[in-house]
Amino acid sequence: MENHYILSVLLGIPLLGAFFILALPRHNASLIRWVGLFFSVTTFIVSLILLSKFDKLNALFQFRDEFEWISTLKIYYSVGIDGISLPLLLLTTFLTPITMFSSWSSIQKRVKEFTFFMLLLEVGMIGVFVSLDMFLFYVFWEFMLIPMYFIIGIWGGEQRIYASIKFFIYTMAGSLLMLVAIIWVGNYAGTQSAGFTTLLSQYYILGPSIPIEIQKWMFLAFTVSFAIKVPLFPFHTWLPDAHTQAPTAGSVILAGVLLKMGTYGMIRFSIPIFPQSAQYFAPWISALAVIGIIYGALVAMVQKDMKKLVAYSSVAHLGFVVIGIFSFTPEGMQGAVLQMVNHGLSTGALFLLVGVLYERTHTREISEYGGIAKITPVFATIFLIVCLSSIGVPGLNGFIGEFLILLGAFRSSVLNNQAFAIVAASGVIFAAVYLLWMYQRVVLGPVKNDKLLSLSDMNTKELISVGLLLIFIVWIGVYPATFLSWSDAAVNNFVLKTTRQITGF
Amino acid sequence: MNTNYFFESLNFLRPEVVITVFLAVVLSFDLAFPKLKKVLPYLTALGIIISSGYAVQDFLSMQQPQPISSASKLPLLAFDALAVFFKIIILASSLFLVIFSEKSSEIKSTVERLGEYYSLILGMILGMLILVAATDFLLIYLAIELMSLSSYVLAGFLKTSTKSTEASLKYVIYGSVASGIMLFGISLAYGMTQTTNLFVAANSLTMNPGNPILLVFVSLMILSGIGYKISSVPFHFWTPDVYEGAPIPITAYLSVASKAAGFAVLIRFVKTVYPPVDGLMMISAYNINWKQILIYLSIMTMTLGNLSALWQDNLKRMLAYSSIAHAGVVLAAMATMNDEGITAILIYFVIYLLMNFGAFFIVMLIRNEINSEHIDDYNGLGYKMPFYGVMLSIFLVSLTGLPPTAGFIGKLYVFLALVNSKMIFLALIALLNSVISLYYYIRVMKHLYLMGSNDQAETLKVSFSNILVALILAIPVILFGIYFGPVADFAKNSAVMLGVR
Repeated sequence: MENHYILSVLLGIPLLGAFFILALPRHNASLIRWVGLFFSVTTFIVSLILLSKFDKLNALFQFRDEFEWISTLKIYYSVGIDGISLPLLLLTTFLTPITMFSSWSSIQKRVKEFTFFMLLLEVGMIGVFVSLDMFLFYVFWEFMLIPMYFIIGIWGGEQRIYASIKFFIYTMAGSLLMLVAIIWVGNYAGTQSAGFTTLLSQYYILGPSIPIEIQKWMFLAFTVSFAIKVPLFPFHTWLPDAHTQAPTAGSVILAGVLLKMGTYGMIRFSIPIFPQSAQYFAPWISALAVIGIIYGALVAMVQKDMKKLVAYSSVAHLGFVVIGIFSFTPEGMQGAVLQMVNHGLSTGALFLLVGVLYERTHTREISEYGGIAKITPVFATIFLIVCLSSIGVPGLNGFIGEFLILLGAFRSSVLNNQAFAIVAASGVIFAAVYLLWMYQRVVLGPVKNDKLLSLSDMNTKELISVGLLLIFIVWIGVYPATFLSWSDAAVNNFVLKTTRQITGF
Repeated sequence: MNTNYFFESLNFLRPEVVITVFLAVVLSFDLAFPKLKKVLPYLTALGIIISSGYAVQDFLSMQQPQPISSASKLPLLAFDALAVFFKIIILASSLFLVIFSEKSSEIKSTVERLGEYYSLILGMILGMLILVAATDFLLIYLAIELMSLSSYVLAGFLKTSTKSTEASLKYVIYGSVASGIMLFGISLAYGMTQTTNLFVAANSLTMNPGNPILLVFVSLMILSGIGYKISSVPFHFWTPDVYEGAPIPITAYLSVASKAAGFAVLIRFVKTVYPPVDGLMMISAYNINWKQILIYLSIMTMTLGNLSALWQDNLKRMLAYSSIAHAGVVLAAMATMNDEGITAILIYFVIYLLMNFGAFFIVMLIRNEINSEHIDDYNGLGYKMPFYGVMLSIFLVSLTGLPPTAGFIGKLYVFLALVNSKMIFLALIALLNSVISLYYYIRVMKHLYLMGSNDQAETLKVSFSNILVALILAIPVILFGIYFGPVADFAKNSAVMLGVR
């Protein structure tokens, strides 16, 4: 294919940018910001070119590039995207410039390091979504931890050090488990055909033939590592700390992209490599997801800190995605892919808005606020739209995703129990409770605090960054076909293939 | 006695001969020109460079493994890829040792004794070079003693520092006990087999295994001598104190070269004397289940090393415990008892050399500035000394084993060997240990960057030579993390041993 280098370009631009930043003088913060923004916007533009050349009807990997990297172990540099990774890739390249733009005023110290780490993080995130070799994937997967550790640890809140270390150790523990599984499967490939390999296409062929007893362990090793990232209940405890302590930009990237890597990993690796085990564990994982939905919602309800509330709402929202994936139906999977993007947009916007408030008042306590609708009407309106989108009100993006997921779960023959869908649906009601209750306490009612009277409304920069997200929140809500059509072919092919493998052809 | 034969065998010993000559040169130069102490490091470095040149030449021209025999035609030393590989590792670390010593303020404070310092270093190198090739119990013992005696003095080289003196004393006491036990084991082995030669002993034991209990005792006694060198648990007690007390260049050297030599002799001893456990051999009473022994040693060593490192506030001490843990990882690869495991060990040592020397180098340079290795004194140093901060972070990330650094590759090959030998359980223990180690390594980065004053203090100017040395260590650490084909091939070609199938 003629465009085989474009993904490598996509990886190269932020990497180049990161090193370019290193060469800039430290004291010229605004220059560094502009250069950082320039590189991330360029990355976004390249990803749009990618979109324009993307063939929606082709279910296979596109823009592939592959060459041997380490010959002794048959490790390849192999990249490519399909309709499932494309939306996530675009989400990544879209959110990165927005977060960099939004931290224009909130990040004042060590701007050089911040921009450097953000660009490095973007390299890692893009790499995860485009890798088609397990080794390459693993390298990017782990590589992201270091910039994220510093972003939380240097620019975070009061308890940033605790949160960053917890985040690091949790994720690393999970991913090492995956590493052993990767090596095991690579080795199995070695015993079956021509030597050790980490090429994903080989894993797809060999994985289903692994004896089921061992396959189950391998599946668990992969899935636990992804479940920690998602985070699936009960592996979620790192998330509230990391989200709350991270700076706004970190929270947005964390919620917007990093959590999706877990669910993406399940779609790309866990399920297709080990389809029989995936089917075997599907009810258990879905049960955990349902617990996560209810638990996340209940805990979110009692939070006093706005950011923590949003963090726990992520646990609930990602539970939906997991159910959608493990329903093994085209609807559920479509919904899951869309919901991943939706969550990135809505929760990203929520974190940005909480950041807007925090920057002015330096508190995220819900009880400190009240009645700011009169003081900051623009903020109040946007905040309401974003909350409604997160709840899943028809007309906004959240509804489409959740509806498709619930439909899929309801029809699913693998789950074979409508209780999943029914209990999960109650999560939507809970979401309405905790988000609207928060909205009521923060925005409506009498002005609670004299300090709030001097609150200024959103400035242009903030309007731009949230506004860009709002466009897509509404677009997906009104006309989701644009976005669903990207992943349609890939999702159908995926469901067809896995169902075939499960039922034994 | 055939004198021709003697000269012929010298051909195989060119690195050792060069070191011996330079040992004499350094000693006599120091006596003849006591004012010219400044020349000594260069002289030593020259000797090491020439010696390693020969070693590299040996490696490139290596055909078949050859014995280097005594007059009685029994192989005393092996001339094989494994030995030459370890010679290169040892000589490379020796070169770093000389460079570090030149940069260390601790060593500079003892300028009037530099002559002894460098001759002891050369003596230690000589001992190691012989040790990695020795195929005779007596020669192994003598080589261990030669390197140990030199390192005892070097560990206590800072006469005025009580810690250094204490380190030396502890080192001597533990060392003598360990080598005493080993010597006892060797003498019992001689009693069983009437030989000190490894190959003859192996043959004799195959014919007549003797009392199995005695054999186990003998093996464990010899193992304890080697275990002491590689600081494996339960022979590790000296390590933290000695590493903390000794001057940093010596600590770094002990943690890399001395361990490499210990592992070389362990590989040779186990693989030569005890043929692989397979099929019919299992029935023989002669077989000791080295696999089990090494698995237990490895688990204990990794876990204890890592758990103890968690609590250390002194960076040197932390690195000492971390080096115990790394020895445990290498022991895990050793426990596979196959070529793949040995390849993994060799890869690990190439990488470990770079990253551990790197970490110690930066710790030493920081010590030169702030005169402390305490972790609390590192608060905010990442901003005051940005270059050191970044470099130390790279080395620590690599020691943790995170991609894209070389440390990850080292761990990857160990995991590969373990999974390939169906030792998933040990792989999982190693994995858990990596997670534990992450905590204390990022703790240093936490102090460097996340804690301490946030003011943009003026940054420290770093001399060009320091940058150069740090980069020589750091660039391969990154490079081998991304492209490690050459290292893997180098190690694969080196896993060839005399007299082992």
